[in-house]
Formats: sequence, structure tokens, C-alpha cells
Amino acid sequence: MPIHIIDRRLNPGGKSLENRQRFLRRAKSLVQGAVKKTSQERDIKDVLEGGEVTIPLDGMHEPRFRREGGTRDMVLPGNKKFVEGDYLQRSGQGSAKDSGPGEGDSEDAFRFVLSRDEFVDLFLDDLELPDLAKRKIAQTESEGIQRAGYTTSGSPANISVSRTVKLALARRIALKRPRKEEIEELEAAIAACTDEDERVVLLAELEKLKAKTKRIPFIDPLDIRYRRFETVPKPVAQAVMFCLMDVSGSMSEHMKDLAKRFYMLLYVFLKRRYKHVEIVFIRHTDRAEEVDEQTFFYGPASGGTLVSSALQAMHEIVRERFNPSDWNIYAAQASDGDNSYSDGELTGMLLTDKILPVCQFFAYLEVGESGGSAFDLSDSSLWTLYERLRNSGAPLSMRKVSERSEIFPVFHDLFQRRETSQEKAAP
Amino acid sequence: MTERLFEGADWDFHTLQRITDACEEVAKNDLGLDVYPNQIEVITAEQMLDAYSSVGMPLFYKHWSFGKHFAYHEASYRKGLMGLAYEIVINSSPCISYLMEENTATMQTLVIAHAAFGHNHFFKNNYLFKQWTDADGILDYLDFAKNYVMQCEERFGRAEVERTLDAAHALMSHGIDRYPGKKKLDLRAEEKRAGRRRQHEEEVFNDLWRTVPAGKSKSRSALSVERRRKLLGLPQENLLYFLEKSAPRLAPWQRELLRIVRHIAQYFYPQSQTKVMNEGTATYVHYRIMTKLHQQGRITDGNFLEFLGSHTNVVFQPEFDDPRFSGFNPYALGFAMMQDIERIVTSPSDEDREWFPDIAGKNDVMGVLRDVWANYRDESFIGQFLSPKLMRQLRMFHLHDDPEERAGIRVDAIHDERGFRRVRRELARQHDVGYIDANIEVVDVDLSGDRRLILHHHVIKGAQLNETDAKRVLQHLADLWTYDVSLIEVDANDKVLREYVVSPRPIPAAA
Repeated sequence: MPIHIIDRRLNPGGKSLENRQRFLRRAKSLVQGAVKKTSQERDIKDVLEGGEVTIPLDGMHEPRFRREGGTRDMVLPGNKKFVEGDYLQRSGQGSAKDSGPGEGDSEDAFRFVLSRDEFVDLFLDDLELPDLAKRKIAQTESEGIQRAGYTTSGSPANISVSRTVKLALARRIALKRPRKEEIEELEAAIAACTDEDERVVLLAELEKLKAKTKRIPFIDPLDIRYRRFETVPKPVAQAVMFCLMDVSGSMSEHMKDLAKRFYMLLYVFLKRRYKHVEIVFIRHTDRAEEVDEQTFFYGPASGGTLVSSALQAMHEIVRERFNPSDWNIYAAQASDGDNSYSDGELTGMLLTDKILPVCQFFAYLEVGESGGSAFDLSDSSLWTLYERLRNSGAPLSMRKVSERSEIFPVFHDLFQRRETSQEKAAP
Repeated sequence: MTERLFEGADWDFHTLQRITDACEEVAKNDLGLDVYPNQIEVITAEQMLDAYSSVGMPLFYKHWSFGKHFAYHEASYRKGLMGLAYEIVINSSPCISYLMEENTATMQTLVIAHAAFGHNHFFKNNYLFKQWTDADGILDYLDFAKNYVMQCEERFGRAEVERTLDAAHALMSHGIDRYPGKKKLDLRAEEKRAGRRRQHEEEVFNDLWRTVPAGKSKSRSALSVERRRKLLGLPQENLLYFLEKSAPRLAPWQRELLRIVRHIAQYFYPQSQTKVMNEGTATYVHYRIMTKLHQQGRITDGNFLEFLGSHTNVVFQPEFDDPRFSGFNPYALGFAMMQDIERIVTSPSDEDREWFPDIAGKNDVMGVLRDVWANYRDESFIGQFLSPKLMRQLRMFHLHDDPEERAGIRVDAIHDERGFRRVRRELARQHDVGYIDANIEVVDVDLSGDRRLILHHHVIKGAQLNETDAKRVLQHLADLWTYDVSLIEVDANDKVLREYVVSPRPIPAAA
């Protein structure tokens, strides 16, 4: 009997991908909720890593007619001490625990793993940002060059030697150009030849071959090929995100949490558009310093407040490490709005002259205590300053936030506002 | 000494070929098995997960629920909560066995013996599979189903198709013909006959007859109820069949989808009825083949020990108070029973002679087993062949849990002289699908009224339907029927225990 043995391992994988997408589409709202919840517990960078989410099984239930209750009979193995007529206590430990057959364990929560892309898609889809991302990408384009085949003209620097030699070889073979060995062989034959008549014939042949060699060049200008390059629009593939935060004593944990959420969204958003995103954390009191994420959010600090110090630090870092022509620079500043009055002048100057010209986007987020609505906050010194700058035409985005739930809308709003070019709309 | 099939754990495709040939030799000559041609496919873990999510079939139509299962299996596999099966085998001709690439050479031998010969023989010879499944046609049919569903999605929209399939899946467990050879009423013939009758009436019409005084006529409505029920083939327990044929407002493609789901459910029906036997057969076969190969010196002692390790894991039966206990392990029970039969046939005790006069001491082990494998299903197999010795060995006992009984759960019977028959009967009943599935059937349709579909659930031993699930399933049913559906739960005395009425949801913007 013939037996077929087939190796299926090389078959394309992802056979279930389509089904998986259908499942995700169907469970969209549930998964989105789960993604939102999961992302709240994570560090900024980890948000993108995808991972396990848990959704309630309720919406994804596949119902069947199932029976339950009633009198149950079961046969079990492993009797040790029972005899006919014994009674076993119900609901106690021991034997009453046994689950009868057919009583499948009901899963009320459903856990599964989302890939990175799925996770981010769902995360941003919730923010209604994908369209925005598409429109924006055009603005960040620059020209790049890439190889595009071969051409017959070009600069000598671009000669493609291998291609040229290949063509020349083909031509020489096609036109039957005598090879060096043939000529050498003939010459040797002439040298060894004693018969005068034959020698004459051979010499004539040698002449013919030599003439042919001259007529058919080793490399003809026809063979020469140049590498061709094309310019293509290419997005600048890297971005740097500056997180500036006031960590003076007046910033509460709640305010920092709000700021963190905002940064997180910004990071995710940037990460989707740029291949490579750097984050620079700058915290400041009356002095500014560049710190790592942990210190940024959780390190203790106290002191007065000088916003200009942070801007100065950012300016220096940009100058040293991030050339604006290579990097897309985004900055988000979070503060409770306090700033010493004497600093206002300097802050304004730094911002308009040094920072804003190199930034793609500068957002200012004023965080408040929870419970206080945006109306209750009287304008802080920083807000007043930035407002003035903005009214005089500086490309600044600013928002006030005091509740966690406001972060998503504010984020969305900020990016959309920039789209409709800086039109004034105070809440 | 014969040549070894392989050394160590590594294998390649030549090894597989040699293994298969060696297994086939034993299967044919020693065990007398009769199998479909084999096709062996080596797959990766991911492909195994793929197969899991589409009920083991190599190709299947697309549906979100398979994606859900895939995600679920994948998550538990990644976390190490679940190992994958060593193999999946498909009841088709040729019989396809999937082997995992991770298996060692010994495991591949075990798996080939188990699936490609054990299961394969069972598929080809068991009467249920012969009756209900078409091994030659199943792959083509699945291919057709896949394409058909895809075409429907293109033409009628994915949402519509999904709605129909969701509903059909919910009713899948009640989309099975449980009895063979049921004569279906040919509706077209019925229609023709009705037409001929009308013609005849017209031909012999004589107005005078009207004036002849007549007695009280028979109740027309009572007659028509009988007639109507007969025309609709009621009562009908195959809900999907009934909907396919009689739902008033389904589009033809929807009927075809129901038909596809019904056919697939029917295809799997024998498997659910023969779990113990099927696995018992395969396990017994692989045990015999492996032992023989070892005796022949074709696998080493070390490899044989490795095999025994896996084999023991497979046939492990935890006791009821073990935390690992989750019912009877079909591999364990099946294998134990097969071995027990072997013992009865070859060296019976007096007890065996009394219990099994037909087979005790008959000495033709394979003849008896092949006959058993061909002609029984789990319920009848256990009911017939579970021996007192095995009941003692597994220390089986029967619990009776009556919620009314305050004293607790009663031990009804144990593995003693008084209890053997009762324990055996009860265990057989646990393996009777007719008994496990809720007994629900369509009893009537109010055609002259509001077209309400009436179903009965015959409640056995007080086990009523789970309410949330029942409502959801009925909702699906009502959506397909497009008029109200009511389900009445009645007990053995026709006392109504509960009634559900569900109205169909409006169809969102019919295209």
C-alpha cells in the first residue's frame, strides 16, 4: 500500500489569521476596554509591547442547550471505603467535590495574547487617531535616494563594473573575439613550425586573428553601464520626544499621573509614525536635569520653580544631540502652572527664539488637582505667559487637565487643533 | 536479528517510511487490521494550533469562533498550561495523520501505530462511521463548504453570513439525525399528489351532492393538524434539518449554510459516541505494535522504555478524590477494557465464563476484538463488556445525587456482587449521547395562526436547561424561523415545568 509522507512544515503559517481578525473585530469594544485597562498599568515604553489581555467571555459566548441541576448519577473510580447505602455529605470537602461528567469548567474570563500591532491599533483606534497619522505623514517627508536599476549614461563614479564586464563578456562571446590563449597557441605553433609554406599560412591566420582582436574591443563603450539612482520622498524616520515636567513640591502624585498618561499617549502616537523614537526626560525645579524614566516620574525632588531652566536644558540637548534637520522634535511640557514672575521674560524669549523654531510640535499641559474643573482654575502665571505668546502668533498648543478621563479627549483635541491651523478656541 | 528502525531520538523522512512499513507489517499480519490508505503529514506546533481551532480539520470555512479558540489555545500553550497532542488524525480516505515535528523517533512510531493504524482501522470498520460518515468525500465537501461560505460573504455580506452561521453553530448539537434510514417525506411528491387530488375533485364535481343532507362532518381542523404535522415531518429532533426544510423566510443560501453545518455535525456524531472505543482501540493497537517491534529487536530497550513512559501517561486514570480527576479518561478505560477482553478470551476465570459465555476462552483475540470494534459504540460496548474484574480493579462505585435528599449523596452501588450490573448500566448510560444531550424536538407549528414554532424539551431526571444559554440559543432559533418560538420543558408526566417564548430580532437593514 503506498504511503504518502508529506512535510507540511514549510506551508505558509498564519492559517488562522483571518479567523483571528474576525474574532478581534467582533470583540472590538471588549478588547479595547481591556487594552485601555492594561495600558494604564504599564510603563510608557512597555505600552507598545502587546501582550496578554483578558476580556469577559460574556460577549463572545457561544451558547448551546445545556442541562443543569436535577438528579445526577455518576460512576467514579477509586472507591476506598464506601459501601452501598452510605451517604456522603454534600458541599463538604472530599468526595462531594467531584465534578460530574459533562460539567465543563465555565470560563468567565477569556485570556489571550495580542501582538504588538494589534495592541497599538486598538489603543489608538480608541483615540480615533489613525486618520490623523495618515495626514501628518506627508508633512514629515524629505527626499532620499535609492538604487533603481542601470542606465547607459551617467557619471564615471557610478560605473557598475560587474554589470559592464558581464555585458562585455557576452558581446565578446557572441562576436567570437579570439581568446588570448588561441593567439598564444598559434604563436607557439609558428615557432615550432619548420615547414616554410605552412608557416606562411599560420602567420596569415595569426594576422587575421590579431586584426579581429583589434576590431572587437575588450570593452566597448556599448557595454558600459552606470548605476542609476532615483530620488524618492522619504519620511524622516526618527523623532525625539522631550518630556518636560515641573517636579517642584506643588506637583502632586495625581498631577504627575496625568502627565505620565499624556506622555504615554504621545509616545505611542509618535512610535507609530516613526521607526525610531527617542525620549528625553527633563525634570526641573529651579534647576533642570535630564533623568531616566523612573526618576522622572517617581524620584523625589523639591525646590522652587524656574521653567526657563528646563527650556534651556532642552535647547542644549537639541544642540548637542538632535540636529533639527535629522530629527523630528516633539516637546510636551507638564506643569501646575507655577513659575516665578522674574522668570517669565526669559521663558518667553527661550521659547519663541530657540525652542519653537526647531519643534514640530510643542504642547503645554497644565495639570490640576482632581475635582477642580478647568473653569475653577484661575489662570496661572505660566498659562498667562503662554497665552500671550500664542496670541502673538507662536505655534503653541495648550490645554488644562484635571481628571484622568480628560486625557484622551485632550490628547485628541490637541492633535486635531493643529490640523485646523492654530485657531483660537478656549474651552 | 532484524535491523533497527532508528537509533536515538532523531528521525528523517526515510525513518518515517521505515517505521510506517514496519507498523503496517505488524498491523496486517499480526492484528489483521483493515485500514484506509495512509497519508502522514509532519507539521509544526503553530499548525497544530491551527488544526485545533478548526476542529482538527485541514480546511474549514472562516468564522470568528475558530479565531477565538485559536487565541485561547495559543495563550494557554504559550504559558505552558497545555501541551499539544502528539497527533491529530482525520477520518478521511486517505486517512490523514498529522505528526508534530517535535516528537522523537519513538514518539513518531507510537503515533503512527496509534493514529495511522489504530484509529484508521476503527474509522474504516466501525458501523457508526460506516453509517454516518463518507470518508472519501469529506475533504471535498469541506472544500466546497469553505468556498461556498466565502462566496456567500461576497454576495450577501459578511455580517449576514456570520449571523446565520452563529445561529447554526448554536443549534449544531441539535442538527443531527440520530436514527438511520429515516424515510424523509418527499415534499415535492406530496405537492404533486395534492394537485392530482384537486384535479380529480374538479373532474367529478357535481353540484347536486351539495344538496344531499350530510351528518356532522369530522372535525376538519383535527384532521389537518395530523396532516400538517406529517407534512412537516413532525415531531423532528433535528432542528437544523427542520429549519433548512421548513423555515418560511430563509434565503436559499441560508438553507445551504444550515445544511453545511448540519452535515459537519453529523460527520462528527460518531466520534462523540465512540470516544472510549476509538481511543481504546488505537491505544491497544499501538501497544501491540510497539511490543511486537520491541520483540523483533527493531526498537531498542531504551526506546521501548521511552514508549512505556508516554504510554503510561496516556492511560493514567486518577481516582475520584485526586485533584487531577476529571471524569473517566477514555484512553485508560478503553485500553483497560480491550486488555480485559484479551484476558477473557485467552485465560478466562469462572466468573468470566459466567458473564461472557460468548467470548470466554475463545482464544481468537483479534477476531473477537475486531468484531467488537466493528459493531459497538461506547454505550453498548461498556454495557456489554465491562467485566466485574475490571470494575473491582478500578474500584468503581455509583453515586446518586438527589437534591431533594437531605442526608447527602447516596452511594447507590459499589464493585460487589450486588452492584456490578448497576454500576455497569450506569456507566454505560453516562456514555450514551442520546442521554447526555438534551432531548429537544419540534412538535408543532401554528400555521393557521401566528406561525409560532413549538418545541418540547423532555426533561429527564429534573435536569432543565441553563436559562441564559437556552434564551440565547432560542434567540438564534427565532431569528432563523423569523416568527415567535416557544420552548416548553415537560417532564415524563407531560407536566409543563417551564416555558420560554422568544421573538425574532428585526433584521438589520435587509440587503
